[in-house]
Amino acid sequence: MQIWLDGISFVMFIGGGAFVLIGGVGVLRMPDLYTRMHAASLTDTMGTLLILGGVIVQAGFSLAAIKLVAIALFLLVTGPTATYALANAALLSGVRPDAQTLDGESAS
Amino acid sequence: MRVWLTLALWFATWLLWSGLYKPLLINLGVLSCLLTLLIARRMGFFGPDVFSLHLTGRLVPFWGWLSKELVKSNIEVARIVLSPRMIISPTVVNLQALPKGRVSQAILGNAITLTPGTVTIDDYEGQLIVHCLTCDGARTLQAGEMNRRAAALER
Repeated sequence: MQIWLDGISFVMFIGGGAFVLIGGVGVLRMPDLYTRMHAASLTDTMGTLLILGGVIVQAGFSLAAIKLVAIALFLLVTGPTATYALANAALLSGVRPDAQTLDGESAS
Repeated sequence: MRVWLTLALWFATWLLWSGLYKPLLINLGVLSCLLTLLIARRMGFFGPDVFSLHLTGRLVPFWGWLSKELVKSNIEVARIVLSPRMIISPTVVNLQALPKGRVSQAILGNAITLTPGTVTIDDYEGQLIVHCLTCDGARTLQAGEMNRRAAALER
């Protein structure tokens, strides 16, 4: 039984680490501010969830597991709020997104 | 009433999570609950259309659906980042938010930002501006399933 639990959290840690790494690579590869944010959000969704999930499996049914779930929820609420603050500040200070609208014309 | 309910809830959480019932820790708990209350009050947390404990039950199925979407779009964006040519088509979408309340609009905006590939960059009186990494992502967003589900939280 224990070996299975260890296996599950092993896979989750590897997966979470991979998503954090991919997020970092994406931040470097993307061309401008707004597209970089998309890559960064890989890190704070799947990265966080998988790593915390792995820790939760290790903690088992205990108070610690509930606390970890709460930490995951807090991160999932505060993460996008911070992203919105950053994106909105960039927009208001005049960083125009280099993007098209759905009708095909340029937005900027 | 709302203030007392919140205070009781917070303090119960503190007691449950600390698990140590020494006078010092209990006093610290009371103090930090009161401090948080003060800050929350200043932020208008107890205003009539902001305080929304009643959403709690409906949030759970919404989160379930959202986590499914999260996994899908995470894999999608990871594939784009790792592909050698990195084909992206950044698109900006104007979205009329279906939810009317301030809290459910914030939930919608955050849910959009949380899924990789779409970031809410502005919300002005229910008009969301969303930056999408790909044109397909923009179309999916405009089809409006997330919008409808966030609006359903209010009823």
